[in-house]
Amino acid sequence: MTLKAENIGLVKQQYFTFGESPDELKLDSGKALGPITLAYETYGELNPEKTNAILVVHALSGDAHAAGFHEGDKDPGWWNDMIGPDKALDTDKYFVICSNCLGGCRGSTGPSSINPQTNKPYGLSFPVITIADMVRAQKHLIDNLGIKKLLCVIGGSMGGMQVLQWVASFPKNMQSAIPIACALKHSPQQIAFDEVGRQAVMADPAWNEGNYYDSDKPERGLAVARMIGHITYMSDKSMEEKFSRKLKDKDYSFKFTTDFEVEGYLRYRGDNFVKRFDANSYLYVTKAMDYFDLSGAKLIPKAIDVRFLVISFKSDWLYPSYQSQDIVRQLKIRGVDATYCEINSTYGHDAFLLEVEEETRLIKHFLKKTFHGYNIAR
Amino acid sequence: MSENVSLDYRIITDIVEQGSRVLDLGCGNGDLLYLLAKERSALVQGIEISEEAVYQCVEKGLSVFHSDIDSGLTDYPDKSFDYVILNQSLQEVKKIDLVMDETLRVGNKAIIGFSNFAHIRARLMMFFRGKAPITKSLPYHWFDTPNVRFLSISDFKYYCAVKGFKILHVRYLGKKREVGFWPNLFALNAIFVIQK
Repeated sequence: MTLKAENIGLVKQQYFTFGESPDELKLDSGKALGPITLAYETYGELNPEKTNAILVVHALSGDAHAAGFHEGDKDPGWWNDMIGPDKALDTDKYFVICSNCLGGCRGSTGPSSINPQTNKPYGLSFPVITIADMVRAQKHLIDNLGIKKLLCVIGGSMGGMQVLQWVASFPKNMQSAIPIACALKHSPQQIAFDEVGRQAVMADPAWNEGNYYDSDKPERGLAVARMIGHITYMSDKSMEEKFSRKLKDKDYSFKFTTDFEVEGYLRYRGDNFVKRFDANSYLYVTKAMDYFDLSGAKLIPKAIDVRFLVISFKSDWLYPSYQSQDIVRQLKIRGVDATYCEINSTYGHDAFLLEVEEETRLIKHFLKKTFHGYNIAR
Repeated sequence: MSENVSLDYRIITDIVEQGSRVLDLGCGNGDLLYLLAKERSALVQGIEISEEAVYQCVEKGLSVFHSDIDSGLTDYPDKSFDYVILNQSLQEVKKIDLVMDETLRVGNKAIIGFSNFAHIRARLMMFFRGKAPITKSLPYHWFDTPNVRFLSISDFKYYCAVKGFKILHVRYLGKKREVGFWPNLFALNAIFVIQK
């Protein structure tokens, strides 16, 4: 199968604000938050019946810029390979929406946003949020766009958890769900990696209890957190293929500089990340993931009419296939119409961004059937 | 139905009633399920181990779980399906007892299709050439066969008797049409409908 390389072209970020006093968003913590701004982008056109809308939900470090190019940018959005004319999410057919999550730092309200009551960044006064809170905020955006029923909610990793949360919270407002490389609940191993990342941030003296917006940022801490993250996104095999024991120079330096290419890669990734990501957001968003638990009957408390396509990757050890199979188990018990595929990839967790051809084969046809009617016989 | 549809698919489609809930274990590229959905308005679902076959099922608009048969059935509630089909996949099953018990737990009835190891050609090949049989329905060499089970029609009847499975219906298949006479000798394939 060949994939067309057509791109969407120039796109612009939009903003939606809601939750002005006294209609603040009630959070799982019991606190209320408002006003809330969500940064979002849309691709393709909403049909007059408003039945062709797909919500894309992003992973930990993602943002609203899923596809196309921003003016002056060299690189397209983070899922450009999957979104565009004739791609898996075909923008000639569907209206695709992606918003930056609540608690994020890429245009949506988060700890780095200005608290209108103090005119200073929230910092740690920002309430702790959950995946369900992120989804509640997204629901306001979808309502505002006049969409009663989404054709699909799709996302990988933390995006996949938001997909599952949509099913648990708003099953009547969606026709289908595509959770990719995710889990019904964060396991102790996943919580542990997140905690190490948070401790790296908080151990940086520049973090200063979250008050760093007027001074140096805790870049070292956040970079270390990102380095750990990147290790968990790859597989032993993909690291061997990409780096092996290759050296940056001819010989060992016998110093604590970056001898190995893998060290250079991780440092580059870490340093790049701090330029675009807020350390406090990292704390809040990873915490939200750790609180996530839709295990047992919590995913589908009562009968629903949502079709599922569940995708996992063989070499993903951060969100192993057994966790996707746990999702599938709940669907079988509930008699929910579902398809599950474990893609034989060596890329580890990163595969959800890289295995474009395989994902496209599954997603394209799954969406087509969802859009045109469930029953083959019809 | 098109003349090109293979005999076993035609017979299974004949057996399955309109609107039945059907699970196909080892559904391959989904051709049979697609036929059942189209011809019988069946609510169909498949379990398939091959990733490529899963893609082909999804391209046909089918719902399929990427899993092996031996572990694929455990989560379904009792009697989730009117029919559970094992067509040409029983030979590849490792835990036969478990899979058969589970099949008849999640399905009201089971449709079991398999190649007859006691077909006359197999017997002749064994007897005169002293070689492991290769026939139209068992086209593999000993070294490349996916099959781990080799059974005859008589073997399966005996198994059903031992397990207490009721045989509701049997169809015997030759190369192009059904066989009535001495099936254990002349049928290449058999399709059983059984119930617990």
